[in-house]
Amino acid sequence: MAEIVKGERQALDARLRSLRRLALVPAYNEAESVGAVIAELRAVDPDMEILVIDDGSQDGTADVASAAGARVIRLPFNLGIGGAVQTGFRYAYENGFELVLRVDGDGQHDPAHALRLVQPVVAGEADIAVGSRFAGIEGYRSSRSRRLGIRLLAWTVSLLVGERVTDPTSGFQVVNRRGIALFAADYPHDYPEVEATVMVARHHLRRVEVPVAMRERWGGRSSIGALRSVYYMAKVLLALFVGLFRREVVPASEPR
Amino acid sequence: MTPLTVSIAGAVASVLLVLGVLELIRKRRLKERYALLWLLTGLALLVLSLWRDGLNTIAGWVGIETYPPAVLFAVATLFILLVLLDYSTAISKLADQNVLLAQRLALLEERLRGRKEPGEDLG
Repeated sequence: MAEIVKGERQALDARLRSLRRLALVPAYNEAESVGAVIAELRAVDPDMEILVIDDGSQDGTADVASAAGARVIRLPFNLGIGGAVQTGFRYAYENGFELVLRVDGDGQHDPAHALRLVQPVVAGEADIAVGSRFAGIEGYRSSRSRRLGIRLLAWTVSLLVGERVTDPTSGFQVVNRRGIALFAADYPHDYPEVEATVMVARHHLRRVEVPVAMRERWGGRSSIGALRSVYYMAKVLLALFVGLFRREVVPASEPR
Repeated sequence: MTPLTVSIAGAVASVLLVLGVLELIRKRRLKERYALLWLLTGLALLVLSLWRDGLNTIAGWVGIETYPPAVLFAVATLFILLVLLDYSTAISKLADQNVLLAQRLALLEERLRGRKEPGEDLG
């Protein structure tokens, strides 16, 4: 396994190095884990710029990230994951980045798997590569109730986009310039990945899923509690079905 | 025919509503955009109150047999729902703009921080 990864790395390195690439880490009260995530990212790709979006944390996340050497954008108040991630894509768009690797600040996403995500995008086979917990590799898969919700969403989204989607809620993603431009212009709000999956399909971007193992979060608390997940389910399903009846997905505002 | 007292009470209430809204506009405490629906509400209720055959006529259309002035309540409720819906759209728009502002502000702040470091010795 290590040998294969090593070979892959060498083959990809040349093309990867020529790209301006950004690691985008949205973080809300992740002071315990964000430093280690940054260290791991740097170990995987020392030349990649690391940008932490501090989504109005109260626990000093921004200072920890800054001390760990990441560039930090501090949102004045909590926007929710969608608004935070979009801020990062706006930054990437405006500063000419060609590749964005999205990694959560809580340690769930193992940057060591990032190379597998990067591969199809760098090879030009996909505009967006998504790490899926349910596409083969065993690992941490979230609580049972949440898995049920994810399966329902996966089924719905697969139906809508007309191809099999196993993990529509995964935020472990690699996105190329086309995807960056789209997400900078228009990105769904809280719990955005599901809607974004459908959005990506409607804009005819090529999406691939890559099997990954995820880890249990290192610290902090999930931003989504039990009652909230019911609310989010209802909201996401509403957004998906209403979205079907939009003639064209027009961005709310063009990035400048 | 609408009972005279109902007619008078309805008319007085509607006129007060319209005058109240106009006064709020005059004091600049209410934007015209949000006032229009309220004025429309007041005027609709005023017309229904003064036009004394109107309530019976409309009640006949929709099948209210026992108490025609109930039409007044129905129309008032309908307009209030419209006003509330209008508010929901306004709030949604504000929320979107708020997110955009927060993002732009954070991006600008980051850019400013980056710029300050090289020139810090200049004060």
